[in-house]
Amino acid sequence: MQATLEQAVKLGLREDEFEKLKEVLGRTPNFTETAMYSVMWSEHCSYKNSIKWLKTLPRDGDRLLVKAGEENAGLVDIGDGWACVFKIESHNHPSAIEPFQGAATGVGGIHRDIFTMGARPIASLNSLRFGEMDNAKTKHLLKGVVKGIGHYGNCFGVPTVAGEAYFESCYQTNPLVNAMSVGVVRVGQTASATSYGAGNPVFIVGASTGKDGIGGASFASADISENSAEKLPAVQVGDPFEEKKLLEACLEVLQTSAVIGMQDMGAAGITCSTSEMSAKGEHGMIIHLDKVPTRQANMKPWEMLLSESQERMLIVVKKGHEAEIQQIFDKWDIHCVQIGEVTTDKNLKYYMNGELVADVPAESMVLGGGAPVYEREYTTPKYLTEIAKFDINSVAIPADLRDIAYQLVQLPNIASKKWIYEQYDSMVGTGNTHTNAPSDAAVVRVHGTPKALAVTTDCNSRYVYADPYKGTMIAVSEAARNIVCSGGLPVGVTNCLNFGNPYNPEVYYQFVHAIKGMGAACEKFNTPVTGGNVSFYNQSEDGPVYPTPTIGMVGVLESLDQKMTLNFKKAGDLVYVIGTSHNDINCSEYLHHIQGVSLSPAPYFELEEEYKLQQTIQKLIGQKLVNSVHDVSEGGLFACLLESAMTNGLGFSVATDPSIRKDAWLFGEGQSRVVVSINPFIQQLFEAELKNIPHTKIGHVNATGEIHIDDVAWGYISDWKEAYDNALGNLVNS
Amino acid sequence: MKYTAHINIMPHKELLDPQGKAVSNSLHNLGLSQVHDVRIGKHVTLHLEAANEAEANSLTTEACKKLLANGVMESFEFSLTAN
Amino acid sequence: MKFGIIVFPGSNCDRDMMHALRDDLEQEVVMLWHKDKDLSMFTKDDCIVLPGGFSYGDYLRCGALARFSPMMEQVINFAKHGGKVLGVCNGFQILCESGLLPGVLLQNDHQKFVCKNVCIKSENNRNIIGQNVADKILKIPVAHGEGRYHADAATLEKLNKNNQVIFRYCDEHGEVHLHSNPNGAVNNIAGICNEGRNVFGMMPHPERASSSALHNIDGRLILQAFTN
Repeated sequence: MQATLEQAVKLGLREDEFEKLKEVLGRTPNFTETAMYSVMWSEHCSYKNSIKWLKTLPRDGDRLLVKAGEENAGLVDIGDGWACVFKIESHNHPSAIEPFQGAATGVGGIHRDIFTMGARPIASLNSLRFGEMDNAKTKHLLKGVVKGIGHYGNCFGVPTVAGEAYFESCYQTNPLVNAMSVGVVRVGQTASATSYGAGNPVFIVGASTGKDGIGGASFASADISENSAEKLPAVQVGDPFEEKKLLEACLEVLQTSAVIGMQDMGAAGITCSTSEMSAKGEHGMIIHLDKVPTRQANMKPWEMLLSESQERMLIVVKKGHEAEIQQIFDKWDIHCVQIGEVTTDKNLKYYMNGELVADVPAESMVLGGGAPVYEREYTTPKYLTEIAKFDINSVAIPADLRDIAYQLVQLPNIASKKWIYEQYDSMVGTGNTHTNAPSDAAVVRVHGTPKALAVTTDCNSRYVYADPYKGTMIAVSEAARNIVCSGGLPVGVTNCLNFGNPYNPEVYYQFVHAIKGMGAACEKFNTPVTGGNVSFYNQSEDGPVYPTPTIGMVGVLESLDQKMTLNFKKAGDLVYVIGTSHNDINCSEYLHHIQGVSLSPAPYFELEEEYKLQQTIQKLIGQKLVNSVHDVSEGGLFACLLESAMTNGLGFSVATDPSIRKDAWLFGEGQSRVVVSINPFIQQLFEAELKNIPHTKIGHVNATGEIHIDDVAWGYISDWKEAYDNALGNLVNS
Repeated sequence: MKYTAHINIMPHKELLDPQGKAVSNSLHNLGLSQVHDVRIGKHVTLHLEAANEAEANSLTTEACKKLLANGVMESFEFSLTAN
Repeated sequence: MKFGIIVFPGSNCDRDMMHALRDDLEQEVVMLWHKDKDLSMFTKDDCIVLPGGFSYGDYLRCGALARFSPMMEQVINFAKHGGKVLGVCNGFQILCESGLLPGVLLQNDHQKFVCKNVCIKSENNRNIIGQNVADKILKIPVAHGEGRYHADAATLEKLNKNNQVIFRYCDEHGEVHLHSNPNGAVNNIAGICNEGRNVFGMMPHPERASSSALHNIDGRLILQAFTN
């Protein structure tokens, strides 16, 4: 029953890959084996078109407790015997098909990556991209995705503390749903995704195995031989209740000394977990598929091997400790079934009712082992020439800038995301300090310690589109800046790389240069990339989505006392911009969505200048010289000031800089600027600290709750707040 | 003619039904061990006006396909009664 | 005096309640497992807490499956003999399903989960739970998809007449109106107690407003009431 080339190609393998597979095995594989390799050597599992470049990213640092890619997620030392585990992952394509379940299972999957390492998730974040809000399909996707994220996260009991949502037409049919989870664990109590010790039993725990996920990409073609008995499900359904029990049971099991290794089941389920654990531990396994609890009758071996049913784990246990772990899973009413044992011969042998159905070397299947690695060609995209032609003088300065500002703060990319985040439980876990004291990054305390983590996700993909190298440096810088402005020290990065088709040389150019920019910035901020995920093939009929390398970053606060908030505190406080404002409206929301200019270069940015700025902000916060700190990002200085003013309803009176265009001063998105407010009594002390960095006193916080720009009244903060808070909800419901 | 449509919407057979699974287990804990494969869907009734049963049928089908049932997740069936 | 917190499968505010009571209020706390059946170590001085979360995934109806946990039989018995019981959010839903409190919690009128700070005020101070609150307007978070309290007219009349409504949603000035109601609850009811005034249920989460690290300690006034 040898597989044919035709079958292999239908399963998604390339002709040369099938030849390579024959070489690896020294024979022609059977259908089941071919199916297994087709998934393990797919882009998703093997990173075959990206790994060459990913390896160029900085992946070392004093705080890293495991090297990038070695475990399910990054593990960073946060001091005093504690470590932080974090990762971001995409669920774009499932969310495009069924937004609710697609987003829900994305959240479930990323949390499993965290607790499979023994950490308890304490915060989750998400980074979302949709099409334009005036489109009915966008509203359907937005509602479904938000409800799905809430459904899973709220029930699972981890607060959603931060995130971002952008709306651009390039995401119309291909939304991006990136979910990040952050957990904490005692150093030394982590679990590893490994397997060794001949004779040690292998358990499958959690949900039953159904034919989920095998209806995906490579199996779309209905006439694959060895045909499945019935229709394959098009979507996977998440069960957050099962996962909550699984979390508690797994953490309890890891308190015993019974566990050798543990790995969650995501893509390629049993195949992936058995091969990756075995390859890491340099052992083999015998697996009896007939012992796997199934949800559907008469499942074929290859269906079980490839099933992506959610809420399952593979655990290798020390022989003799079986009863101990069985008891814990019984307590939580979770399936826990021995399906095989560890062997010394490094091959994986799968049996069905005593018959050997697949026999493959574990190492040959996995990334870093036998999985293929490709170099792709790239060429400079043609659109970059168009972008370079932009001239600011072609844009007239509008007469009524107040009216422009009013429109701007109601754009969905700038307006409050309240309609979204109020549907998420942001407070469960009693760790999120953001609710009553907002800051640029969410600051979440670590119970049982004085410490807190500052977490953020950032990526302005329009900047990346305009300049992949610089745009990605900006994404990393903004993440670091958000953490620094919250009083934290950035310690590590996880990335979610959403791009189009890697076989398109222009798309691959974006990918390569984004990685180079990310590497340069991560090096500068001493934030190694601990892991993440690559999602290619994000495109619609009109072409690829904007290159979107989402940065998830974690920072540490040794004590909550170090936390800084973004809101103005007191009337009379002086307002400063630290950094330089430029005559720059490039790539701004203002230029793109109000002026209607879709192509312009990335905004002003210099890495060295950004680094110096962040060093300065750290010093100012450390010396308690500032009352509020907020970075300038989308919507420019005006949006920044408004956001600082709204929390307490305090107004501001500022003067613009006559040497640059007024629209650029108000709405330009030139980087490396931070707005701070200070007590006037310490003005001299404060300015003495700023000798080596550009800074401008632009005005003060006022008590009347009004906005004054160059002595012109722009109305009350309360009215602006109402417009800002309700804009997105109004768009959803219109 | 006035009709009433009685519509049953159920999760597709091949999909996991987490709710049904949890209810199944709880019924077992209450001693009803003979019960299994609980699946939970929705029942919808609606009134409509149509020239004849064939039209009522096609209108109801349209309502189910366009809104009431999510074809990716759910299947539906219905019966019509003339009022 | 001590607190017992029941952990159901799917409870997710059990640890938050423990942190609030043990760390912030410095009280003795015992965690109880839903499959256990022994409450003999608890007396009338003590308080059993049913925490928030999604017991049994909130499947079928919120609280419906948890109500049949072995431990709930004991809680019902404990309450019938005058023991103090507090249910928060999902705990409130379980108390209603089990018949210890009248009424039911329906899906929010806007059909969405809602998590935010809301203001509530104590209806009257004759209840244990309101004694420290007095006329203060409390800022307490809610987080629920099914928090719309509902009861028939006769039950409502009885609740009002007997002063069994413990908290109502209001605005920051204490005004009770439609816009200060996060879920469409009848008469802005946020929490009630039984006739015996020993069983309390509320949708807002006082344990999420008990730590100074979170910049809001209004919830302590509610939880402290049980320690007197």
